[in-house]
Amino acid sequence: MPTSSRLKVAVLYPDHLNIYADRGNLAFLQRRCEWRGIGFESVAVGFGESIPVNDANLIYIGGGQDRDQALCAGDLVGVKAAALKDWFANGQPLLAVCGGFQLLGLSYSGRNETIPGIAAADLETAAGSSRLIGPIAIRTDLGGPTDGVLAGFENHAGRTHLGPKATPLGRVIKGHGNDGESGFEGVRNGSSIGTYLHGPLLPKNWWLADWLIARSLGIEVEKLGDLDDDFERKAHLSAARAAGLNE
Amino acid sequence: MRTALARLLGLLAAFVLRALGRAGTTVPGRVALAADPNFTADRRARIDGPVAVVSATNGKTTTSALIAAALGRDFSVVGNFEGANMAGGIASSLIRFPARDELAGLFEVDEFWLGDVATDLSPDIVLLGNLFRDQLDRYGELDTILERWHEAVGGLHAGGSAFVACADDPGIAWVLRDLPDEAVTWFGCTAGSVDLGRLPHAADSDACRRCGEPLEYSAVYLGHLGDWSCSSCGLQRPTLDFELTAFTPRGAKAIAIDLKGPDGLRSLSLPLPGLYNAYNAISAWAVCSRLGLDPNSTAQAFSSTAAAFGRGEHFSLSGTDVQMLLVKNPTGANEVIRALADEPEGLTLQFILNDQIADGRDVSWIWDTDVDVLVPRIGRLICSGHRADEAALRFKYAGLPPERITVVDDPRLGLETAASTAEEVWVLPTYTAMLALRSGLTSEGVVEKVV
Repeated sequence: MPTSSRLKVAVLYPDHLNIYADRGNLAFLQRRCEWRGIGFESVAVGFGESIPVNDANLIYIGGGQDRDQALCAGDLVGVKAAALKDWFANGQPLLAVCGGFQLLGLSYSGRNETIPGIAAADLETAAGSSRLIGPIAIRTDLGGPTDGVLAGFENHAGRTHLGPKATPLGRVIKGHGNDGESGFEGVRNGSSIGTYLHGPLLPKNWWLADWLIARSLGIEVEKLGDLDDDFERKAHLSAARAAGLNE
Repeated sequence: MRTALARLLGLLAAFVLRALGRAGTTVPGRVALAADPNFTADRRARIDGPVAVVSATNGKTTTSALIAAALGRDFSVVGNFEGANMAGGIASSLIRFPARDELAGLFEVDEFWLGDVATDLSPDIVLLGNLFRDQLDRYGELDTILERWHEAVGGLHAGGSAFVACADDPGIAWVLRDLPDEAVTWFGCTAGSVDLGRLPHAADSDACRRCGEPLEYSAVYLGHLGDWSCSSCGLQRPTLDFELTAFTPRGAKAIAIDLKGPDGLRSLSLPLPGLYNAYNAISAWAVCSRLGLDPNSTAQAFSSTAAAFGRGEHFSLSGTDVQMLLVKNPTGANEVIRALADEPEGLTLQFILNDQIADGRDVSWIWDTDVDVLVPRIGRLICSGHRADEAALRFKYAGLPPERITVVDDPRLGLETAASTAEEVWVLPTYTAMLALRSGLTSEGVVEKVV
């Protein structure tokens, strides 16, 4: 993978997919780059625009209200699907949260209509009769100083079922996860991640932000350089405690 | 007969709870409703004077306090002034009536339960103040509430209610789209000095609900409230009956406003902070006018209405002046921050972030709040509450140097820490944090007991 000295994030539909404080994830990446002297740039990619895949080294997709998600799904499938499918298939750095995660799959079946996804990941989502809401903690195999544990908050009506070709991001320790039953949470292929965890995700899991930055720049995370992460560690512990972990 | 029995059971429940030292703002009403599902409607029928209902995401309690103050000049006012605003809380407020005969009713109703609760109250006037993105884990998406309100207003109108509504909120205009013109009194802002120029990040409504095209704003005043229109289908802000024509802040403690209505122009000074309270005032003014109250009397009542508990309330703590400003969602918090920007630099601030159900268990909303504009004005920040560390993180990433941030989990100790080095402290608590801090201060005799 080529290395880069700048983080360039392509943010898809930031005006529509931003409901769960998605900008917190971006602000977190930006500051952690700036504090290390790494250049940071974010590019909004709206309706009708193609993803700058040759220029960007990270793609971000947030979540939105049903109405906004349906609007974006049409454009995503029509304009951006091919590029995004390749990106995910290659395991390139991607963070898709909540609605963005669902749109990576084959389809989202709501109460009244079915919205097609881009079929990048082998997963399907159907709305349940209740929402799965609450603090959540999962265990991933990404290592890091919390031994792979991520903490966050989930709030979704969709039940996402992974097909045989999809690998989850992690397993639920506390909370509901993809469908409230399987114990799986999210999806991952290499550096491409889809997840229901918001809160926002990265401020609650500082080391995952660094993992994404390192993957995007094509370097080892150890090469990023240390920051004073006192508040960051405590914020993670606070979110993990809220989910019911006592570490 | 059944209502009388329900009332007795409610009284008994209230008595028992009081003996146990509990506030009992909700349970007695629930007991009464269990005994008589028509309890609320039956008791309401005994109120001969005007009855109004207030619902909104932000400002319910302060707006209700303003209207109640004006109504109180002519009537004994029955209402849920402790803020318990779902079915049980409202029924609780109907168990005991004041001894005087001339009764009026003023109820704030939780926005999610407007249809269920307000219908039983057969209000003369329903005030629809605003709808902002709020605790998503509790209320769901904004679109869900709008849909529920649309269903509710049809029934209320059929039952004889008239509406006072915020024309600046495109969602509320959409909720009332099926009603005849004479059923709605519109209020809004025309004060050019408070135009933000663009929608803030936390704004919700950027698409026309009729045709889906982006709305255009010739002015944005607060969140997504503004002078909006859709150039595609022609939908636009309704014509204003009551206008907020001028707004002058006096720091973050008081405001001077000009109101224009069918009965002329009026200037008021209010001991409440921020543009959000100017919106509360004009909405309350429109309700009082529609209820036929004397404008001079209303003006006097408004000017002497102190802030509702925790919402701009101030008190002295061993020589330090403390101002408490409730925050609960991005738009509300942004407006508190905007008001604070009128204070001099070097502020000592305590931010108390809790994550109980009433606060919203999801604390991600702090990242949608524009704390950045406040950062240059903060001399010292104390973060407290269940999620104090995450509040600290938010301010660090907004650019506040970590050495200016102190985390003291316990809110009361945090306030002590803040007060130890400052003559004035601004406390920004979430809902349960505000109640907990007030409860401690009440037992110390620093503030008066409300709930």
